[in-house]
Amino acid sequence: MTSRGRRGLFLTGAAGLALLLLWGTAGLPDFGDYQHLYGLTLNAESVAATRATNAVAAVTFDYRGFDTLGEEFILFAAVLGTALLLRAQREEEEEPPEDMAPDRRPPHDSDAVRELCLGLVAPIFLFGVYIVVHGHLSPGGGFQGGVVLATAPLLMYIGGEYRGLRTVTPEAPLELVKGAGTGGYVLIGLSGLWFGTSFLDNALPRGNAGDVISSGTILALNLAVGMAVAGGLVLLLTEFLEQTLVLRSRSRK
Amino acid sequence: MSYLPFAVAVYLFLIGLWGIVISRNLIHLVVCLSVVQSSTYIVLLAVGYRAGGTAPIFLDVPVGRRAVDPIVQALTLTDVVVGVTVSALLLALAVQVHKRSGTLDPELLTSSRD
Repeated sequence: MTSRGRRGLFLTGAAGLALLLLWGTAGLPDFGDYQHLYGLTLNAESVAATRATNAVAAVTFDYRGFDTLGEEFILFAAVLGTALLLRAQREEEEEPPEDMAPDRRPPHDSDAVRELCLGLVAPIFLFGVYIVVHGHLSPGGGFQGGVVLATAPLLMYIGGEYRGLRTVTPEAPLELVKGAGTGGYVLIGLSGLWFGTSFLDNALPRGNAGDVISSGTILALNLAVGMAVAGGLVLLLTEFLEQTLVLRSRSRK
Repeated sequence: MSYLPFAVAVYLFLIGLWGIVISRNLIHLVVCLSVVQSSTYIVLLAVGYRAGGTAPIFLDVPVGRRAVDPIVQALTLTDVVVGVTVSALLLALAVQVHKRSGTLDPELLTSSRD
């Protein structure tokens, strides 16, 4: 089909779809006019029931804990798939990648960027740990904190220390962290069975709402997810960087 | 005014689809897909908004204070995570396509197969 024909077909279909979508959403309750029983009940009851002051975390890791397990597996599968896709190709390449500009030296790194980035690595790492550990109390949690944790190695790369990045994030421990995070989620879920209730039941002591060590398995699951997300994202990052950076770090000597 | 968030979601969904249809670059296509997906965030958050509600976090506001729906926020969190991982997978595919065929243009890819 020609490009013009395809656009025409799309515009016709999209016009119909737009009408249907607008018609469908017109029947929704007005914006701000909120009447759902589940949300109202959770906001009223969840702090007393789970001792987590962050109701979103209570939903994600307690009431909908099983769905989050599925989400965790999606993350695991996607990282695995990306690694496989990028790795298969690397093994096929017998000869090292060709240096397209051997006569030109790589540009000098800016000292300001370098110092700033390397100086920020430790504070960002600490901030990520804080976000993960306080996920049941304040906005944040394993997913958000894991992403912040993964940006610490990224800063090392931006600061021009690719070799340093590979030293602090070797592949095998990263895979271990990621696997331990995902497996840890399942193990914490199984602890419910150990205590004689059901899978992912919050059977641990819950403590007082507002304490850092409280809310039972919600905190533990946040830690597991934080590990899985941080490990997974750094793995993704290094897989993509390996695609182009092998060449640059070699020509740099 | 009360209908605006849903109209924005419909707009984002369709403009993202349009981008996918006319795309001449696979990376652009992946970005368009994430535009389509961001329309679902808006629908979810708009459905859960309660006029005058605060965030559903009761650390320094008392329980019982008017707050927005935590369930749709948790769903949006899931949505964001899935979106990021799918983008990563698709970008890896784009890298492979470029290595094997030397182009990122989907139109050239289809014609080279004939």
